[in-house]
Amino acid sequence: MENFETIITLRNIKRVFSMGQIEVNALARIDLDIQHGEFVAVMGASGSGKSTLMNILGCLDRATSGDYYLEGVHVNDLNKRDLARVRNKKIGFVFQGFNLLPRTSALENVLLPLLYNRDLRSRDLKPKAMKALDAVALTDRIHHEPSQLSGGQQQRVAIARALVNEPSLILADEPTGNLDSRTSIEVMSVLQSLNNRGITIVLVTHEPDISLYANRIIELKDGRIIRDVLARQPRNAAADMSRLDKDKVGTPQPGSEPVTET
Amino acid sequence: MKLGNLLKVALKSMLKNRMRSLLTMLGIIIGVASVIAMISVGEGAQSSVEGQITSLGTNLLIIMPGSSSFGRIHRGAGSLDTLTWDDCSALTSQTGLIQYVSPVVRVNGQIIAGRNNWYASILGVSDTYLNIRDWKLEDGMFFTDRDIRSRRKVAVLGQTVAENLFPGQSPVGARIRIRNVPFTVIGVLEEKGQSATGMDSDDVVLAPSTTVSYRLSDGKNIGSIMVSAVSMDVMDETQAEITAILRRTHRLHEGQEDDFNIRSQTEIAQMATDVTGTFTMLLAAIAGVSLLVGGIGIMNIMLVSVTERTREIGIRLAVGARESDVMVQFLIEAVLLCMIGGILGVAAGFGIGYLLCQAINLKLAINPAVVVLSFLFSGAVGVFFGFYPARKAATLDPIEALRYE
Repeated sequence: MENFETIITLRNIKRVFSMGQIEVNALARIDLDIQHGEFVAVMGASGSGKSTLMNILGCLDRATSGDYYLEGVHVNDLNKRDLARVRNKKIGFVFQGFNLLPRTSALENVLLPLLYNRDLRSRDLKPKAMKALDAVALTDRIHHEPSQLSGGQQQRVAIARALVNEPSLILADEPTGNLDSRTSIEVMSVLQSLNNRGITIVLVTHEPDISLYANRIIELKDGRIIRDVLARQPRNAAADMSRLDKDKVGTPQPGSEPVTET
Repeated sequence: MKLGNLLKVALKSMLKNRMRSLLTMLGIIIGVASVIAMISVGEGAQSSVEGQITSLGTNLLIIMPGSSSFGRIHRGAGSLDTLTWDDCSALTSQTGLIQYVSPVVRVNGQIIAGRNNWYASILGVSDTYLNIRDWKLEDGMFFTDRDIRSRRKVAVLGQTVAENLFPGQSPVGARIRIRNVPFTVIGVLEEKGQSATGMDSDDVVLAPSTTVSYRLSDGKNIGSIMVSAVSMDVMDETQAEITAILRRTHRLHEGQEDDFNIRSQTEIAQMATDVTGTFTMLLAAIAGVSLLVGGIGIMNIMLVSVTERTREIGIRLAVGARESDVMVQFLIEAVLLCMIGGILGVAAGFGIGYLLCQAINLKLAINPAVVVLSFLFSGAVGVFFGFYPARKAATLDPIEALRYE
């Protein structure tokens, strides 16, 4: 493994859901180390435990047993208030369904995590949000509400929201699940560019095509890691996109066009 | 989250559901408006009732001489002649609690006017007696301090006396004889009807206290002294002050019994306070019930709102909101709903109160304390009924909330 500082360490993580009498082992026994700057794709069929793993990594859920260290901090020891702080400052979430606040402008959606960051002064908030929107190339759409944006644009707003507090880790749960293939590549290229800037990315997907953009692929089955490989040469999403554009020159690109403004 | 942002978020969510917010507030608006309207009309009515009760003499204190006893046999109250002109002037020179003082020298006698005659009580009083009793003149004038000092033989007749002595004509300026002493009639009292004790208050003749005392009586002592206190709320203090003054002028030692009695119309005063108390209880009950109903409305809508915004709560929790942030957000929304409802309610209440007062000819009383209190109370309703929904929102499981459809 490359010589990176470890950001995530999971040791013997188990997560058991009890539904009445029946106990379901969502995660059976996970040991995992993720280094700073990695781009990890977590693969697996539905029910393999990948969402549960994401929720635990994202401090939204707690493991039934085992230890979780995030940047050296033993997450098991943190109380709810500390967990909220970790989610706010160290982790950015990108969801399949975008999860933007409806009837709220792109800018205000991106501002949201900043409002819960107690270390910022009010006048720094907007410049930070603008910077994040700039990183996803959406500065011209800041006053649009989600309903006025295309799927790809909505997901870019969501990514801007995830990175606005400058987290060290972005967790993306099926970020391309609701998008067509071209827009999926567009979103992957945004994530790749963030990864190139040093942000660790953990991506859950069930699409093998999408996992090819990561530099490490982990496969889960029945709550266990059954495969953990480094990609020798990850695909470059930006290159793929320009190739796509060249092939289909002149034809409209579904999903990439902004919804007509009202 | 900072308060400014919280208020902004709360206002925004209210404006997104304008109609719903307004209907939710309606409960609070009606509650507060009814309280404000009732209180402002009620206070107007109350001061008018209080005025009427005062005219019954609730701020009056009557000082009677003490009872005398021979050996161990007690005689009735007033059987001593212990009240003097000095007592009267000592009380008159006091200001503060005591408003007016008048000696009352009472004699009964035959009154003759031409061919008519009548038997009535003649009260020798001071020039402030009308103020004390809240009586008014119908005709002519009342005697003055100068008349008292010069012992002028002038008289003011009650309606019953006037009608019997001068049927169908004005007695002012006429001459009458009281116990064979000639008097000039200078005024006639307004009709008052029966007194609270069932006596005819109009069957009376008023004359200067000195004249009655020296011309019609033995000129020595005063039968009783009538005092009016500045208000019916200070009756006990006034009574204590009078007692102190009289004990001093009578040179009574400590331990010695008072040689006088002070009587007040405490029963009537008590009734007045009881009426006011009942009224306040009634208002409180109405306010309580309507704000309770309004509060339940708020709670209901807040619960709907929490369910509707489950996903939003999930998002907020995921991006780093603490439970307390979510809790405060929903609480502020509930409080804001109630407070705005409170403001509208106060405005509506005064509007209704104004119209009511116009209709029944009362003066609208605006009590700032009531306004502030009902405003704060509606805020408290918001906190109380907003707490459960806010708590529910704050304790949502973020994973479930994010998946909520």
